[in-house]
Amino acid sequence: MRNTFSEALYEAATANSDIYIVVADISPAGSMAKFSTQYPERFINVGVAEQSMIGICAGLALKGCQPFAYTIATFSLYRPFEMVRDDLCYQNLPVTVVGMGAGVIYSTLGGTHHTQEDIAIAGALPNMQIVAPCDPLECTEATRWCATQKNGPVYLRIGKAGEPVLTKDAEPWQFGKVRYLRRGSDICILTYGVITKMAMEIADRLQAQGKSVSVMSCHTMKPLDRAGITEALRNHRQVIVIEEHAPQGGLAAQTKQIAWDITAECRLDTFSLQDAFIHNYGSHDDLLAAHGLSPQRILQESGNG
Amino acid sequence: MPNTANTLQNSFDIRAAKERCLRFRKRILDISQQVSALHIGSAYSCTEIVDSIYHNFMRNPGSGPDTFLMSKGHGCMIQYVILEAMGVLSRADLDAYCTPGGRLGVHPDYGNPGIQAATGSLGHGLSMVVGMALAERTRKTGGIIYTVLSDGEVQEGSTWEATMMASSFGLSNIVAFVDNNDFQSLGRTSETHPSFYPLVEKYLAFGWEAVEVPGHDSAALFEAVMGRSGTKPLMVVARTTKGKGVSYMENVPMWHYRSPSKPEYEQAVRELEVAGQ
Repeated sequence: MRNTFSEALYEAATANSDIYIVVADISPAGSMAKFSTQYPERFINVGVAEQSMIGICAGLALKGCQPFAYTIATFSLYRPFEMVRDDLCYQNLPVTVVGMGAGVIYSTLGGTHHTQEDIAIAGALPNMQIVAPCDPLECTEATRWCATQKNGPVYLRIGKAGEPVLTKDAEPWQFGKVRYLRRGSDICILTYGVITKMAMEIADRLQAQGKSVSVMSCHTMKPLDRAGITEALRNHRQVIVIEEHAPQGGLAAQTKQIAWDITAECRLDTFSLQDAFIHNYGSHDDLLAAHGLSPQRILQESGNG
Repeated sequence: MPNTANTLQNSFDIRAAKERCLRFRKRILDISQQVSALHIGSAYSCTEIVDSIYHNFMRNPGSGPDTFLMSKGHGCMIQYVILEAMGVLSRADLDAYCTPGGRLGVHPDYGNPGIQAATGSLGHGLSMVVGMALAERTRKTGGIIYTVLSDGEVQEGSTWEATMMASSFGLSNIVAFVDNNDFQSLGRTSETHPSFYPLVEKYLAFGWEAVEVPGHDSAALFEAVMGRSGTKPLMVVARTTKGKGVSYMENVPMWHYRSPSKPEYEQAVRELEVAGQ
């Protein structure tokens, strides 16, 4: 995703001289080298100074520019939180805060590098919009949208590297609208972000059991597409939410809220990261499994084992 | 980047500056009689600095290439009364200060006329100034960004991040002032945090041009800005007095926020007028 983000941003910067990227000693790979060579005055490295990174983006936006702040998700949102809140959200400036490697992708770096609560935290901020693409193609669409929108601030939650393409044949991407990656009639899996890969694997297994399965990318986490989720809750006998995020304030909690509001009658199972700091190391999948997120457990716990 | 000295359009007139500053202080006193709380001491502390920025330094404020961002948002009452005098804010705006239906609060709010950023929280302004200065430089507008920091907010780590950034990026189009009244809520900074000083040396070490001047002396402020080399960001450390001009307010922390009673108000007006003559 980092590479497709860089490429999409490079293209946007070529088309629009007001596009800036402000990084905090972490640079996206791929086309970012082209970006920094061709537009050195619009590639700004603040060093290890994330508060200033956000403030500088605000200053650029106050002058009509369209900046992106970029670093590892914990450092782009948590460290400079008050700058995100006051400088970007309170002033409602079109700045994209890129949270790279969100969730527990940094699976060997420990809890300081895990981003488990970002949707809840960013989602609590007035004016903030949240987009969390599930694969490199969605990341391109989302980046292009961020580079042109003028609504206000965006938290763009992306993965790292090596995510498979999942949306090649999906319906067109649209900000604020859920997107079916496959359509069925029995079970619908709601998900977003990198863990969508696991959701697709679970969908394959359910289909192997003879069930008709939908998978929905809820890439826009704020504003959430309530109508789209309502439709999923109404049109399937079971809805399963899978997210790489704490149980509070993410897709699981919000889907339950919608289900209550509309008196949904389907079975609803939700799977999130634990509300805990875990001290495990290993692969990304190892960390997810340690949090209880594995295809086998989700199938079992959702009554499809 | 052009040297400020070569691009200033306003000429300096010390008598006019004194007359304006007296008028602005009295206007703030008037407003203090309408509300229970305002940062009167903080506004008096930077009256000459902010007046100088609008009247002696910025080229055609409001329509020219330069920008003023009030980083010490709690001093914005002085900005409000200057913007009122310029016709950017109306008398009705000031009369409705901090009341339902009014649009002006104790801290500057982005979106209000003449206000560049919401700086109620300290330590945010200088990074935004750096971003603005980068935008002006890339666009080759020649625009200079002026800002006023409180000495309290210079204690914020974020301010030092931005301090390092401005000089590392060679942003010679930043002219900043520290309103160094040596007071914060719980006491005198020189007593509570002596290592805060010296300031000029810190800015020099961070690659800025820096100079210390008496901050209620408009002529000294003028000289400091005119004399800059124009090759680095400039920090003017302005030695000021919190509550300047009213004896019972000067250096008394309570006047960070309190409004004077009627007799106190009358005494303040008398003192300001005597001092202004």
